[in-house]
Amino acid sequence: MSAYEAQSSSEHLLEVKNLTTRFYTEDGVVYAVNGISYTMDEGDTLGVVGESGCGKSVHALSMMRLIPIPPGKIEAGEVLLRGRDLLKLSEEEMRHVRGAQLAMIFQDPMTSLNPVLTVGFQIMEALKLHQGMSDHEARARATELLEMVGIPEASLRLDDYPHQFSGGMRQRAMIAMGLSCNPMILIADEPTTALDVTIQAQIMDLVKRLRDKLGMAIIWITHDLGVVAGLAQRVNVMYAGSLIETGPVKEIYGNPHHPYTAGLLGSLPRPDDPPGTKLFSIKGEPPDLLGLPKGCPFAPRCTYAVERCFHEAPTLEPTEPGHLVACWEKERVEKIQ
Amino acid sequence: MAKNNTQQEELLGRKPPGWLERQLGTEAYRALRGMATNPISVIGTLLLAIFLFVAIAAPVLAPPAHTNDPYQIPRDGYGQVPKPPGTEWRTRQPPLPFWWKAVTGKDNWIHIMGTASGQWDIYYGVVWGTRTALRVGLVITIITAIVGIIVGSVSAYYGGTVDIVLMRIVEVFIAFPFLPAAMTLSAVLTPIIGRGLFPPMIAIIVFGWTGVARLLRSDVLSVREREYVLAAKVIGVSDARIMFRHILPNAIFPTLVWASMRIGSLVITFAALSFLGIGAEVGYADWGQLLSFARDWMTQLGEYWYIVTFPGTILVLFVLAWNLVGDALRDVLDPRLQGSR
Repeated sequence: MSAYEAQSSSEHLLEVKNLTTRFYTEDGVVYAVNGISYTMDEGDTLGVVGESGCGKSVHALSMMRLIPIPPGKIEAGEVLLRGRDLLKLSEEEMRHVRGAQLAMIFQDPMTSLNPVLTVGFQIMEALKLHQGMSDHEARARATELLEMVGIPEASLRLDDYPHQFSGGMRQRAMIAMGLSCNPMILIADEPTTALDVTIQAQIMDLVKRLRDKLGMAIIWITHDLGVVAGLAQRVNVMYAGSLIETGPVKEIYGNPHHPYTAGLLGSLPRPDDPPGTKLFSIKGEPPDLLGLPKGCPFAPRCTYAVERCFHEAPTLEPTEPGHLVACWEKERVEKIQ
Repeated sequence: MAKNNTQQEELLGRKPPGWLERQLGTEAYRALRGMATNPISVIGTLLLAIFLFVAIAAPVLAPPAHTNDPYQIPRDGYGQVPKPPGTEWRTRQPPLPFWWKAVTGKDNWIHIMGTASGQWDIYYGVVWGTRTALRVGLVITIITAIVGIIVGSVSAYYGGTVDIVLMRIVEVFIAFPFLPAAMTLSAVLTPIIGRGLFPPMIAIIVFGWTGVARLLRSDVLSVREREYVLAAKVIGVSDARIMFRHILPNAIFPTLVWASMRIGSLVITFAALSFLGIGAEVGYADWGQLLSFARDWMTQLGEYWYIVTFPGTILVLFVLAWNLVGDALRDVLDPRLQGSR
């Protein structure tokens, strides 16, 4: 924690401190997000990577305060957006933050648009809600937004229903919805996972272009390391609800210090591998979040694990400036070739 | 601009929307077109149109004998034995409809469908009974649907304790067998508010709203978890607006289908109550009432077939019409079929 606090001297755009979310289910307590902390500044693009069920989405929804309560509960922490703690706002105040300052787009554009409302209605809704625009103004702005995300015949397409859009167009429309009120931060929760590769590339180009044009910060949640490499400046690697490594993209990819990160990078297929090469994989499975082991959650799968890892959870500590790792044996970890 | 849009539509390879489509919006237009091209719905709608015509034209088709109380069926004497169709009116003949002479060339009014036991004119009862059926069906269905929609959506949206309490209340009502419960309540209410249409209508509403509440609750529960609802929350839409603009339009289709079929089945329920003597007062133009006049002649229906056939056929056609329309609505409104255009 000390290293982290040393970093947070000046005011950041977003400062997440010790965010902890749990779900109290009938089967027991699910430790979904376990005290993660990080900061973001204006125009930053942060990649959040990790495998399915490691708490990436729950961490984003916790910031938006949209996890279902009950069974979910944000146990502790602060989410400071320009110094204002979102977790302390009333529901009504939070509603004005959502969409206006924090926007979010989802994985599956096929199911994220309401089938009985026109695309235009759904884009205009946020504009009318947060910026008090009239129907006419909102329509003009919505047309502009659709044009900006590259949908041809935008003024006409506003009156279409989602089923008349293709998957890529729907994701573009979702992005237009997300951007409608010029949010400070756009949280993108695996927005390209459900799309094919060419459309994925188009959407990423679009997001990059819009980021440079509008200057907003982006939190890009994905399990695709390639996507993050091309887009983000910083990467947060999550495992079993904890932040285990964070740093600049180049550092993380070139010099991983957590065995899990090293394993993830090692499991990427390489074009120059000879045919028939077996892909590297991390042995074992991620732990059940219902009953996390004491100590480091990765220890049972870790080839570097020593006695201490099973008893004592490691904390994030710097290896280089800005590169923090939660591992007792970080000095020994090497990149897998 | 409008012309420009049309050109753009053509460039996109689509037919420009017609006047009707522009007025109704794409989805409503698609539903309407589906209804108009589906033979089942056309037959159902045609039957309903005929019933509507009969209801509206009742004073012309069967001029009332008691102008201040047109729902009272005129009777031709007090004899117990039914008279067959074509028998002439003898006593207290109601005014002759203007078209009668033109069509038949006769000067005197006859019992077109015969008379029931007690000399009630079946034709008059069938014609004016159409008004009763429509009124009863629509009023009960609309009120039960409103109550059910409110209870169901509140229960599903708020969940937790609210849901548990409301659903237990629903179960209490469901625990009573519908017809005996409605009969009992109707019988209890009759001395309080007087005999007439209201006691059975209230009774049917009181015991009838639970089905729609459960139906809508389950649909709202499933729609509530969809990603587009989360997407609406993410842009900061308020709870009430999410419920009414985002969830309800997606969850309402099964309820609409239910409602259209319910109108038909309600008239049967109401007829059953009338048949048992709990519905409308004696002599009120109501199909169930007409059927109840046949009660003592059940064993001789070979001879007195007309006392059951006419009101019975009309009742069947009425229920059938609503069921056909309901079926067609289900096909057209089914969200899974949306997008196939």
